[in-house]
Amino acid sequence: ERGASGGREKGTVFTSDIISTVEFNHTGELLATGDKGGRVVIFQREQESKHQPHRRGEYNVYSTFQSHEPEFDYLKSLEIEEKINKIRWLPQHNAAYFLLSTNDKTVKLWKVSERDKRPEGYNLKDEDGRLRDPSMITTLRVPVLRPMDLMVEATPRRVFANAHTYHINSISVNSDYETYMSADDLRINLWNFEITNQSFNIVDIKPANMEELTEVITAAEFHPHHCNTFVYSSSKGTIRLCDMRASALCDRHAKFFEEPEDPSNRSFFSEIISSISDVKFSHSGRYIMTRDYLTVKVWDLNMENRPIETYQVHDYLRSKLCSLYENDCIFDKFECVWNGSDSVIMTGSYNNFFRMFDRNTKRDVTLEASRENSKPRAILKPRKVCVGGKRRKDEISVDSLDFSKKILHTAWHPSENIIAVAATNNLYIFQDKVN
Amino acid sequence: GPKRQREQAPRSKVGVGKDTQEKETVIPERAEEAKLKAKYPNLGQKPGGSDFLMKRLQKGVFISPPFSWRLGRQKYFDSGDYNMAKAKMKNKQLPSAGPDKNLVTGDHIPTPQDLPQRKSSLVTSKLAG
Repeated sequence: ERGASGGREKGTVFTSDIISTVEFNHTGELLATGDKGGRVVIFQREQESKHQPHRRGEYNVYSTFQSHEPEFDYLKSLEIEEKINKIRWLPQHNAAYFLLSTNDKTVKLWKVSERDKRPEGYNLKDEDGRLRDPSMITTLRVPVLRPMDLMVEATPRRVFANAHTYHINSISVNSDYETYMSADDLRINLWNFEITNQSFNIVDIKPANMEELTEVITAAEFHPHHCNTFVYSSSKGTIRLCDMRASALCDRHAKFFEEPEDPSNRSFFSEIISSISDVKFSHSGRYIMTRDYLTVKVWDLNMENRPIETYQVHDYLRSKLCSLYENDCIFDKFECVWNGSDSVIMTGSYNNFFRMFDRNTKRDVTLEASRENSKPRAILKPRKVCVGGKRRKDEISVDSLDFSKKILHTAWHPSENIIAVAATNNLYIFQDKVN
Repeated sequence: GPKRQREQAPRSKVGVGKDTQEKETVIPERAEEAKLKAKYPNLGQKPGGSDFLMKRLQKGVFISPPFSWRLGRQKYFDSGDYNMAKAKMKNKQLPSAGPDKNLVTGDHIPTPQDLPQRKSSLVTSKLAG
C-alpha cells in the first residue's frame, strides 16, 4: 500500500520538462531530477515537525539550476543535446552537497550550498554595493554577519573536458570518493575529481574497423564497496565485471555474465530485446540487477552462467513486438532500482505503470502514476493488464496501453519506503502509509 | 539458503495451422517477426548495423542506429536557424570565443576566425560513399 504524497505538477506539457533522470542522495534527504532542457531540480525532505505531523517527510523544491546548455557544432553538423542523462550524488562531507550531472558529452560537478548569513557593514562600500567616497569615511568598523533569508546556491565546481566521442550513458562515483567513471557506447573513462583535463581510458571496445561493430556498452557502475571493481552491460545482453588491479586497460573481463539463449525462442527481435538498458549493484554488493526490454534479472556475482532470478515486467508485449519495433518503443531504455534492503526491486513500464517485485515473497504488483488516479494521501490501487479473452472491469487490455506514457526513471529512498517515479514531465513521490 | 532460479512464466502460444494434420505452434515473437518481414521484405536475418540503417532511411530521416548507438546525430546547417540566431544576437552581447573554446554554442554566429580547426571525421556516415 502506498499513499501519494505529492507531485510536481504543471498545467501544460513542455518537452524541455521531460524528466530524464531521478536520484536520491545517500541519506535520502535530497532528491535530484534532471530534464530534457538541461535543468536540475533538487527537492528536499521536510524536517519532522511536532505541529504538523501529517506533513512529515514531504519533499519541496530546494534548488533549481541550469546544468547544461545545448551546443551545436556547425562544422561537424552535430547537435549536442542539453538533456541530463544521469545525476549521481557524492557522499556528504560538509554542509554543502555535491553532485555529478552529465549530458551526452560533458560531466559537471555541482556544489549546492546554503547561505543564510551575509556580511554587513563594509567600510569601502555601502549596503547596496556602491563604493563609498573614501574622503567621507571617518571611522573604521568591523563588518558583521547578519542573518538573511535562506538562499540555496548551485555553482559548477568542475567541468570535465570532453573525453567522449560517443554519447555518455552512465556515470558512477567510486567508493574511494576520489574517482568516478563515465561510459559511452564504446569506451569507459576513469576520472579524478580534482583533474578536469585528463582521464584514463579503462575500457575500449571500439573495433579497428567500424564495420565489425557488433555490440555497444549500455550501462556501467562501480561496485559499492570494492573500489577496484566495476561492471558494464552490453547491447547483446551480457555483463562484464572488471578488476582495475589486473591491468590499466580492462578490455579483458574478470567475469562474464551471460544467460544461454534458448534456440527455440530465437527471432529477429531476440538480440534487440536482450539489450540491457540498466545495470545496478545491490546495496550489499553481492548481486547485480539488469533490465532488458521485457524482464528484470538478478545475478549472483559468484555465478556467471545464468541469473538467479528473472522477473517478467510486461511479457504481454511479446505479441506486439512488430509495432513496438516500428514505433521505436522496442529501443526504450528502462531503468531498475533496488530498495534499501535489496528485498524489493522496481522498474517502469508503459501506460505510466511501474512494477515492484518482492524477492522474498515472490509477489509482484503493478501500480500507476497518474494524476487522475492519485489524490494526495490516497492509496494506490494495483493495476492489471488483461492479455486476452474476458477483460474484467478494472483491467486494461494490451491494445489500450498508451506507449507514449513510459516510466523509464525511478528511484528508491536509501533506507525508507519512499519512491520517486518520473512519468514524462511529472514527478510522483509515493510513501508508505504512516500509521 | 540457496536461491533457486525463478521459473519463467509459460509463454502463451499462438497456433498457426499449416494443414489439418500438422498444427504448428509459433511463439509470439516469430509471429511478430513474420508480420515485420511482410512489411519490410528487405530486412535481413541478423539485426546488424545496415539493416537498422535501412529502416531509418526508409523513413526518410537519418537517425543513428539503435540500442545506444548514438554515434552522433547528423543535422544539417539550417539557414533559418542561422537567421534566427542572428536576430537574437541583436539584443545580446556576442560572447567572445576564446582560444580554448572548441565548441560553438547555439547562439553564437560563427565567423571564420573562431571556427574550430577541421579535424578528420570521427564518425563516417554510412550514407557517404
